[in-house]
This record gives sequence, C-alpha cells and structure tokens, in this order.
Amino acid sequence: MTNPINEITEEAELLFLIGTNATEAHPVIGYKMRQAARRGAKMIVCDPRRIDLVDEADYWLQIKPGTDIPLLNGLMHIIIKEGLEDKEFIAERTENYEALKETVERYTPEYVSELTGVPVEDLYAVARLYATTDKAMIFYTLGITEHICGTRNVMSIANLAMLTGHLGRPGTGVCPMRGQNNVQGACDMGALPNVYPGYQAVTNDEIREKFEKAWGVSLSPKVGLKIPEMFDAAHEGKVKAMYILGENPVLTDPNANHVRAALEKLEFLVVQELFLTETAEYADVILPAASFAECDGTFTNTERRVQRVRKAIEPIPGQANWQTICQMATRVGFPMHYEHPSEIWDEMASLTPSMAGINYNRLEKGSLQWPCTTDDHPGTPYLHKGKFTRGLGLFQPADHVPPAEMPDREYPFLLSTGRILYHYNVTTPYSSGIAELWDKEMAEIHPEDAERLGLETGQQVKIVSRRGEVISAVKVTERVQPGMIWMSFHHSATPTNALTSDALDPTTGTGEYKVCAVRIEKLPEAANA
Amino acid sequence: MQRVKLTINGKEVEAPVGSTILEAAEMIGVDIPRLCYDPDLSPMGACRLCVVEVKGNRLLPAACVTPVTEGMVVETESPSVVEARKTILELLVANHPLDCMTCDKMGDCKLAEYCYRYNVKDSPFTGEKHHYAIDDSNPFIIRDLNKCILCGACVRACEEMTGQDNLSYLYRGFHRKATTAGDVPYIESDCVFCGQCVAVCPTGALTEKSMAGQARRWEMEKVRTTCPFCGTGCNFDLAVKDGRIIGVLSAEDAPVNGRMLCVKGRFAWDFIYNEKRLTTPLIKKDGQFVEAT
Ligand code: SF4
Ligand code: SF4
Ligand code: SF4
Repeated sequence: MTNPINEITEEAELLFLIGTNATEAHPVIGYKMRQAARRGAKMIVCDPRRIDLVDEADYWLQIKPGTDIPLLNGLMHIIIKEGLEDKEFIAERTENYEALKETVERYTPEYVSELTGVPVEDLYAVARLYATTDKAMIFYTLGITEHICGTRNVMSIANLAMLTGHLGRPGTGVCPMRGQNNVQGACDMGALPNVYPGYQAVTNDEIREKFEKAWGVSLSPKVGLKIPEMFDAAHEGKVKAMYILGENPVLTDPNANHVRAALEKLEFLVVQELFLTETAEYADVILPAASFAECDGTFTNTERRVQRVRKAIEPIPGQANWQTICQMATRVGFPMHYEHPSEIWDEMASLTPSMAGINYNRLEKGSLQWPCTTDDHPGTPYLHKGKFTRGLGLFQPADHVPPAEMPDREYPFLLSTGRILYHYNVTTPYSSGIAELWDKEMAEIHPEDAERLGLETGQQVKIVSRRGEVISAVKVTERVQPGMIWMSFHHSATPTNALTSDALDPTTGTGEYKVCAVRIEKLPEAANA
Repeated sequence: MQRVKLTINGKEVEAPVGSTILEAAEMIGVDIPRLCYDPDLSPMGACRLCVVEVKGNRLLPAACVTPVTEGMVVETESPSVVEARKTILELLVANHPLDCMTCDKMGDCKLAEYCYRYNVKDSPFTGEKHHYAIDDSNPFIIRDLNKCILCGACVRACEEMTGQDNLSYLYRGFHRKATTAGDVPYIESDCVFCGQCVAVCPTGALTEKSMAGQARRWEMEKVRTTCPFCGTGCNFDLAVKDGRIIGVLSAEDAPVNGRMLCVKGRFAWDFIYNEKRLTTPLIKKDGQFVEAT
C-alpha cells in the first residue's frame, strides 16, 4: 500500500474499491471503509459480486469478470476527453503520457459499456467523481491480480492514479491489500526468486558481493524459479527436492492435480507444518511447526508496518520455527547459530538499507513502517512523496486481455474464487468454533440458474472443469451474477483448486483463480438424502 | 487550537475549546466514574454516573457530554455528587444478580469497581429482577443480560465500529433490552462475531466463552502480539493462564485496529490447541508416517 490504513477514516474523501471484498478478506479495513462511507466519504465499488460494501457505496460497477482493463481505460478516456486530468502532475512527475492517451482513445464509453456491462452513465459519473475529488484512495486485492493480465491490471490502476495526481499525498494512493498476515514481510525478507531482503536484486553484482561477504559463501547470480515454475520443473524431473514451510499448495494453488503430480515426482520432500495437511501427505519428512503464539518475531502488514509477534506459550513441538530452520541449515553444511530472532533481524537490517533503522528495541516502543533507514528515522507512512522510486512515474498503457478460459457450451458457467469471512486460507478450519459456524463449502449460484437446474440451498452438486471435479453444496443468492458460480477454497472436502485454471500471469506467475469455465452436474437423489 | 481555562477540584486546567468536562478532568488525572461513556464511541450521556457539580448550576450535568466553558468551576466528588452516584449505583444493583464471586468479568467490571469506590453493597430499592435465559448458543460469546446495565456500549460498538447494526434497544421501561433484531440469540442474528460488543461491555453481560471459569481477570498474563490471519496487521493481547492461552483481549493502543478485531483474530486462535497438531518429526516408511527417532 502506498498509504496507511488509518487514512481511510482520517483523510480520504473517496474510496475506490476494485476487485476487493474487504469486509471478508480484510475485515478491520472493511469496517474502516464502512465508517468512512457513513461519515460522508464517497465510495465506488467495482465487483462482479454484490459484496457487503455495495450497501455503503455511491456507485456499484458490476463488471463482467476479467474486464478491469477496459473499465479503467474507459474511465481514463472520459477523464482526458473532459480535460479532468491533472496536467501539472503529468508534466512534472510522469512520462510516456502520449502512449497512454493513444491507447485509451480507443476505449469509448459505448465500447467499454459493451465489454464490461457497466452503463455508460455510470462510467461518466465515476470518472468525474474520481478525477475531481482531491483525496481519493484506490484499493485492490486478488480480484485484480489473480488474472492472466494481473500485472497489466495493476499498471492500469497506477495509470489512473497518476493521470489524476492521486499519489504522494495523504488520503490518496494505490493500495493493494496483501492477503496473508505476513506475505508482505516474507517478500520484504527476500522470499522471492529474484531478490535479497529489501528487494535487492540477486543479479546485481555489487549487492550479491555484499551478501557473499556477510555470509561467507558464494551465491548464484541467477534468478530462481517462481512457485508454479517449481512445480513444472518438478514434473520434468529438474527439481528433485523441496522444503515447504507453512504452505499448502495442494489446497491453495490453482490446478491442484498438476501440483499433486509434481509432488509425487519429487525424490525428497520436507514439509514443516502445524498439521498433517494435504501437502504434508506427500512428504518424506514432516517437521512439526510452532504457531504464532509460540514464537518471537515480526509480521509486516499490508502497509509495510513491522510489528512484533511475541511468544505467549512454550512451543508445542518443542522449539520455535527459526530454531528448526537453523538446525536444518547446520545439518546441510552451513552452521547457523542465533540466540534470539532479534539477532536474525539485526543481521538482515545491516545488509538492507530500507530496514536499517528498525530493530527490536525500537519495535518494543511501537511499530515502524519501512523505508526506515536510520536509528532516528520515523518510518514512512506513505510513499512517493514528491518523487517515485524510479524518478518519473511511467505510464504503462494496457489493452484488454480476455481471460484464458471463458464459458462455452460444454462448460457454461464462469467460476470465480475468493475468501470468506470465517476463514483464512487453510488454518482456520482447525479452530473448533469457526468449524462449527462454517463447516463446508457453499458454492454461490444465482436464483435464475438455480431454478433452471432445479437446485436449492444446501443441495450437493458436482462441479466439473477441464482439469478436475469437486462435490460441493450450493447456496442460492443474488450476490452473484447469472451464469457465475463463486467458491472459496478453505475446505479439504471441496478442494476448489482442482477446478481452477493453470493459466498464469506471465510476469508474476500468479494463477488465474478468478476466472475459469465449469459445468454443474446434479447428483442422484441418494447423495442428497 | 483555542483553549479555555477552568477549575476542577480547585485545580486550574486549560482545555481545548469543545472538550468535555470529563476530558478536561482526565488531563489533570481526575478520574470521573463513567459507565456508558467510552472514548471510542459516540457520547450518550445516559448512565449519569459521571455527574459533577458546576458552580452556579442547580442541576448536576453529565461530565461526558457537557462542554467546558471559560471560568467554569467544577467539583467532581462533592457530597451531592457522591450521593447522586450512590443512588444511581443502588438502582443498578437492585436489578443485578450480584454473583460477583463467580463472575468472569470480576476484576475488570466497571459496575463492581464503582460500587466498591462508593461503598454500595446492596440496594435499598427492592423490586422485580430479570430472569433472562443465558444466550450461549454460539461458539464464542456468552450473553447474560441479567447483568446488563443498558449502557448501550454494545449497540454503539456494533454500529460505529463494525457497522453491522445487529443490536438495538427493544421494549420499554423495566423490559428495555439491548439485543438483536427480533430478540433472537446471536447465532440466529446477523452477528458476524467480531466481538466488539464484548470488548466494550463494562459488565459481565457479554463475556468470552473460551475464558469462562478459566481465570480471574487479575491472574491473566497479557502478551501483546500481531494477528496471524490477514494482512491488516491487527494487534491484540493473548490472555495466558498457567502457560495456556485462554483467549484474546482487545488492546486499545493497537496502532492499526484499536479495539476492533474480526472473528478470526478474536476467536480462531484455538487452532493452536487442535488435537491434530503435529508435535514430533515424522518420517515416511513404506508409505506410512512414523515418529523419527
Ligand atoms: S459480535 Fe460484532 S456483529 Fe455481533 S453483535 Fe457483537 S458487535 Fe455486533
Ligand atoms: S450488554 Fe453490556 S455493553 Fe450492552 S448495554 Fe448491557 S452492559 Fe452495556
Ligand atoms: S483480526 Fe481479522 S482483520 Fe485483523 S488482522 Fe486478524 S484476520 Fe485480519
């Protein structure tokens, strides 16, 4: 997120939500959005589903799944046509504006309306509202990134914010909300194939030498594999061993059958986990993991805020996760010894300029948002003040990319997936209270479709895609559009990702979880008895 | 910011224009008792426990809703104030179970705290008592409205923090109740189990089920930590008794969320004690996992 969460209630005059169901995926952020709307901030919700925040919104753009780029281009088209762009911001802080202008020129309101299903009047109203509101924040999550054109979706959002000068000030910005508690922190720490901590490129000689010197080993200058590439490589027998910590790709990655087959092929698999997950079943060795309540450490939230996690009870498996990792490293020939996680942090911070000012003593007094470069640096609540990281902001125009797989005669329904309030990925089903409230998958289907198929809420059906099939109960609801089915992926009895597409965004390797084609088969009466 | 000068209990205070007497008093460490007032919620001025004496004013105004004025002279513990507070507390306990010895809120109950402060043991008022059934139909929250003092904090928290609007007042007079639409149990209502109502309730009317009978409030060790579920980064305290986590408590100074949490952060922590937790390394031998030696 470029800007902090607290600006939702304290600064923003307009919240533009695109592809994010905050009240379920990031509930407390969702509450704040609701509070802001009720205190008079305007709200635009762009989502194919009637999510809860639609009730608070001034405009609901019910777009057809996978048409975010035409929508955003259409808004920019209107803004430019009406002269509502921020000319000063464009001139001083951006480049490549002409190319953007040329691309969005083609996205006339009528054409966009046809592609997206959003009425022309709403396109005008929303374009004017966003462009003319001084403090407007954009929020998005996986509804934007989990498409084959995810990277281009993100660029289009950045284009819109730059075009209207909504960056680099309080109450503005582009705010991707990171899913898991510490996915931001894991990326910040370099748990990516191409960077060391603080996004320092592995291909940069100077940086690599710095780490080689600190760790006393020689390091590869090559970019590693992204997760889906690892599974492909395992398939081909090129990756022979894996060490998976706290991830359950069999349940959460798209095209689960492909993942299973890849794990099957590995010569050696170590899984460090809390539970015997679907992924752990494939392991040769399972190492028991400690939960958040059993470890000292930090989590970094979606606004780059580094916060302490504290050990409240003794680790149930006998030791904290970092200790297990150190022992693994030591056994494979790299002796690793630390007394406390703060030492690991300090070593990282000494090699990472953007975190250099953060340490456990300071965190004891309160959280800090990086970049935080020196001991007296106060941290950075919002980014891009006066200047972008790369200098000038680059407009990167994008054209419409239809989803890789769309419904057809054989598979007439569009399946989209996401999170529900009561669960977080795959740990929450192990909470007895949560399990009591929400113990099975409920695939959402529109009443028109339900009637045509003769389905009622609670009934079990088989849902089939080109890649796999699952059994699920259905919930008849107007939250989804006709022709669409919506499912979560929290339950092992209904592994939704057996259905999802394995089409990937070529840049990030993110799977297209948001769109694939399926058909629904009724089960024989007995199955529902 | 413009400021006004006033005197509270003989001490001079300068407070920003628009602040209340209660806020001005807090600035100099004078603690005015309050039940319905909550700094995170809109003021209501209903419980009247925060009444104070203002020179030149025959009535006793409620400090939580009365703005300061220049030259105001305030007494917060004068005999008439103390008497008024005693009467309010006596009226409240007249219709209260007074089972404090086994109440899970004991130690963190405002009603008990103020009864102690003003030496209210029981009540000269006698009359009808409520006999509401306890609502423990859901996995997380116990609702014992016999202990409710109608401060309305839960109603405001549900509306102003979560925006769920699940609670309101029903019925009149003695039967007035802060409850769900249709007065149904939480589990049948639109409740999303964020537990904000529990976090703000000043009495034992709303409590965490996981903590029932587990520990007195003063025995709980609190460990501040960060939520393990989504990327919002909420902070809260884990309540620990004898090396075991028994619940989650809101932390008012949490930088992102204040006292707000969602159902996962507040109630899903019990996955930690799921019997299926792996506790020892396993090695696969002939397709079966066996304990490593
Ligand atoms: S738990 Fe949350 S939603 Fe339910 S009544 Fe309490 S405040 Fe409202
Ligand atoms: S349940 Fe608690 S918070 Fe709600 S009105 Fe009663 S005493 Fe106040
Ligand atoms: S309490 Fe809820 S909103 Fe807050 S971090 Fe945890 S899961 Fe996210």
